[in-house]
Amino acid sequence: MISHHLPVLIVLVPLFGALLSALTSRGSVSWGIALIAMVTTLAATIGLLSEVLHDGVISYEIGGWAPPIGIEYRVDLANALVILIVSTIAAVIMPYARVSVAKEIVEDQQAWFYTMYQLCVAGLIGIAVTGDAFNAFVFLEVSSLATYTMIALGQSRRSLLSAYQYLIMGTIGATFYIIGVGLLLTITGTLNFVDLAARIAVTPYDRAMLTALAFITVGIGLKLALFPLHVWLPNAYAKAPSTGTALLASTATKVAVYLLIRMYFSVFGIDNIIGDFPVLELLLVLSIAAMFFASFVAVFERNVKRLLAYSSVAQVGYMILGLSMATSTALTGTLVHLANHALMKGAAFLAIGAVAYQLGSVSLEKMKGIGRVMPVTMGCFVVAGLSLIGVPGTVGFISKYYLVVAAFEKGWWWLAFMIVASSLIAVFYVGRVVEVAWFSEPDKKTSELKEAPLSLLLPTVVLAAACVFFGVDASLTAGLAEAAAKALFGGSL
Amino acid sequence: MTELAMIPPGLVLIAAGLLLPLFNAQIRAAIIVVAPLIALALVWNMPDGPVLTMNWLGYELTPVTGDNLSRMFGTVFAIMALIGGIFALNQARVVELASAFVYAGSAIGVVFAGDLITVFIFWELMAIGSTLVIMSNGDEAFGPGMRYAVIHFFGGVVLMAGIAGEIATTGSIAFQPMQTDSVFRWLILFGFVINTGAPPLHPWLPDAYPKSSWSGMVFLSAFTTKTAVYTLIRGFPGAEVLIWVGLFMIFYGLIYALNENDTRRKLAYSIINQVGFMVCAVGIGNEIALNGAAAHAFVHIIYKALLLMSAGSVLYMTGISKFTQLGGLFRSMPMTTICCIIGALSISAAPFTSGFPAKSLIANGAAEAHMTLVWFLLTGAVAGVYIVAIKLPWFIFFQKDSGLRPAEPPLSMRLAMYAASALCIGFGIFPGALYSMLPVATDYNPYTGGHLVSQFQLLLAGTIVFFALLKWLKRTETISLDVDWFWRGFGKLLAREFDVRTGIAWQGLASNVSNMVQRFVKTIYKHHGPEGMLARTWPTGLMAFWTTVLLAATLILAYV
Repeated sequence: MISHHLPVLIVLVPLFGALLSALTSRGSVSWGIALIAMVTTLAATIGLLSEVLHDGVISYEIGGWAPPIGIEYRVDLANALVILIVSTIAAVIMPYARVSVAKEIVEDQQAWFYTMYQLCVAGLIGIAVTGDAFNAFVFLEVSSLATYTMIALGQSRRSLLSAYQYLIMGTIGATFYIIGVGLLLTITGTLNFVDLAARIAVTPYDRAMLTALAFITVGIGLKLALFPLHVWLPNAYAKAPSTGTALLASTATKVAVYLLIRMYFSVFGIDNIIGDFPVLELLLVLSIAAMFFASFVAVFERNVKRLLAYSSVAQVGYMILGLSMATSTALTGTLVHLANHALMKGAAFLAIGAVAYQLGSVSLEKMKGIGRVMPVTMGCFVVAGLSLIGVPGTVGFISKYYLVVAAFEKGWWWLAFMIVASSLIAVFYVGRVVEVAWFSEPDKKTSELKEAPLSLLLPTVVLAAACVFFGVDASLTAGLAEAAAKALFGGSL
Repeated sequence: MTELAMIPPGLVLIAAGLLLPLFNAQIRAAIIVVAPLIALALVWNMPDGPVLTMNWLGYELTPVTGDNLSRMFGTVFAIMALIGGIFALNQARVVELASAFVYAGSAIGVVFAGDLITVFIFWELMAIGSTLVIMSNGDEAFGPGMRYAVIHFFGGVVLMAGIAGEIATTGSIAFQPMQTDSVFRWLILFGFVINTGAPPLHPWLPDAYPKSSWSGMVFLSAFTTKTAVYTLIRGFPGAEVLIWVGLFMIFYGLIYALNENDTRRKLAYSIINQVGFMVCAVGIGNEIALNGAAAHAFVHIIYKALLLMSAGSVLYMTGISKFTQLGGLFRSMPMTTICCIIGALSISAAPFTSGFPAKSLIANGAAEAHMTLVWFLLTGAVAGVYIVAIKLPWFIFFQKDSGLRPAEPPLSMRLAMYAASALCIGFGIFPGALYSMLPVATDYNPYTGGHLVSQFQLLLAGTIVFFALLKWLKRTETISLDVDWFWRGFGKLLAREFDVRTGIAWQGLASNVSNMVQRFVKTIYKHHGPEGMLARTWPTGLMAFWTTVLLAATLILAYV
């Protein structure tokens, strides 16, 4: 009976968790609620995934109203994968959150942080699970508003400014998206994805449709930090509390990428886009620009959180690159990189969060020799860094392998070269941190530090280990991604 | 024991290397001693055939497979990691030891690799490890280290291109003997040969090795060139081109070693010379010669390390590595002197040292293959090597009295030298121990009357020549060109010209590349550095503006 309602439960559990957390005043109680909610969500997600794997696409009618009148939740392999990423990361971070949040956020605001954390997760899962364009907008706003608040809860005075900037930009993005959806509504008269796809297929292309696609692309592009719309991201990531940064970096952009894929493949239809729009070429150029420019910025960045944030912009470039190549292998690369990047960036940000917890700073100058005093933490960072570079045996290699193979399949040798060349830049920005952390002598302040507490270490180690595990045995992640990509190309929804 | 053998021995050393920076000096010392011993035990317990296979992206990899040849190289690499590690215990720079162990472990990884992909991965790891070993010797080593890295990564690219093509054309990733019958195989061969230090791409070796620290060069001399020899034995036995490449290396290295005034630079040229013997043997390609290449590599690693350790000890105690400034050190460093002489005798293939049973095999291989010219050249070169080798102990420890009275090096360094000396003598007296490890079983006995006599004759003649020419040998230290007519007769002029030219081209290329890189980085920094356009925090309005621009661009593109 419950299993029938899993698609809606994965949204409702964190939503009600947020409500309960908001009613408490103590951080630890609030954390307990969030922990239970996140673990329950993860369990429900796993149940849902096994159902999808077993039975195929699941359609759930909210309130018993049949689509296209009612809102439909629709789960196939692609969004099952994305939901799995979000709920796994959200659950793995929870043990980390208590200690880190207690240090970084004043006592009477901690309950709010957990409220926002759960709201954000509810929103992100909602975007992924829904089969309705307007409902996706609502969840986009839910997750975004929660994110703004989460960033504003950061220690630094600039947190507020960063949150404000992100609020303005996020709102512009969401507005663009809803304008696009509105245009689609006027053309087709429906909001349900399946229904939209069916009607778009029989509607002759006109300018309104092109405009709708442009607005939706740019709107979502802003949410996923597509170069050059990424400028809000480094500050947002750098100023948010460590736990929040880890959650956002691992999940928020991924869900936006998913939404773009869903729009392109399942609503507009990739064949139509290839035939009538030059938008894929535009995305190709922008993603290559992101891979190089953002990586170069990361090389010179002195604040490690910002360094990783710029690296995220570059990594989003790889995801969009796979999308813009529009082949089954490339899309597999994109989807598997969603998962892989979540793991590596999660591990990297958690490790840096642990450094911030012990050292009180994440600037490179102050991290001299930190690897000697916090070997486990920085060891995890190195593993995550190797994944970012794409060293064989780590998850990063799997993603890049699919992308390179896809480039070869298309006969684009130059692109394969650029993928590898841009990975080499990652050697430099990761190498700078490694050099400072491991090969410099610790200064007086650093040498008095100790390894981070166990609750910070465990989630970091788990994610770093996953980076290696799924790098060696990619059958779960790559297998899911491949099946999902094939399904998306089959146009099944 | 089979379960123990499942652990790749190379990984033990790599892991040890990565762990080294985490610990204090005592634990480091323990790791340095224990890790190579574990690796050695694993090597000896490695059964024949694939030990570990894994499926990776659709390729059936064989990361670990064993046979006699692999075990032989694995053994000597593990021994070298141990001896080198003990010698370097006083090295304050942990990075050097850590990277040396990663480097040694990767070399072992190559010799146990059953497929080309694994070979390539460990090949690149070696390049990284060895570059770090060089660069860890401070700022002065950075430039040579950079040049070293460039040439090795270039070699890596060539190798990768070859391997990719080989896999694409044959569909097999196995690392097996290959004929040089396709472009890709030539590329693979070229990639391997670059690492042997063969001219004209040799400058990395005498350029970079002497710039490493007193302990670093001991590691460097052991692994890179000898791993390349291993890959040649495994991949290209009997490729005729290697005979001539090898002979060229022998005489090229010989002449330059003879004229060099820096002790360790001289030994670097001597590496080229010695590896030439091995490359030549691989080119000859019959069973005896291949046995000889493997045996020579094995003993060479140990006696070259011994010579480098004695030169390194002198450098460590006096800070001097120039022949002209040294001399008469035997008074205060008797043990180091003895070790150095043992090394020099071994490299000269004197009977009852390890060089004798090994080099005999190679010359015998040439005789067996009825390559008369090659045999003569090889035998002549052995005499030349002796003259070069004897120079080292003579000019450092005897000759004039330089007035220096350095003490013997610290105990750990002495122990390492004693161990290497014992191995040199041991394998000389009991060649059976060496032969039992050979890839192909042999009942060859080097200690026949005729062979002993001819070898002693050769050495005696060499000694006479050395002391007769001592005057000229000394004069070369002043780098005067007017009296070196003698060596011009051997084509020295040609060789010097060649070396000067490649040297100039090398320097020019390197400085051009480094200027370009600097300009490039500057430009990038301007836009991407913390104050650059791309890294600054933009005002919100500007961000919004760009959003609109992008929307407009999308629409315009759509309507065009």
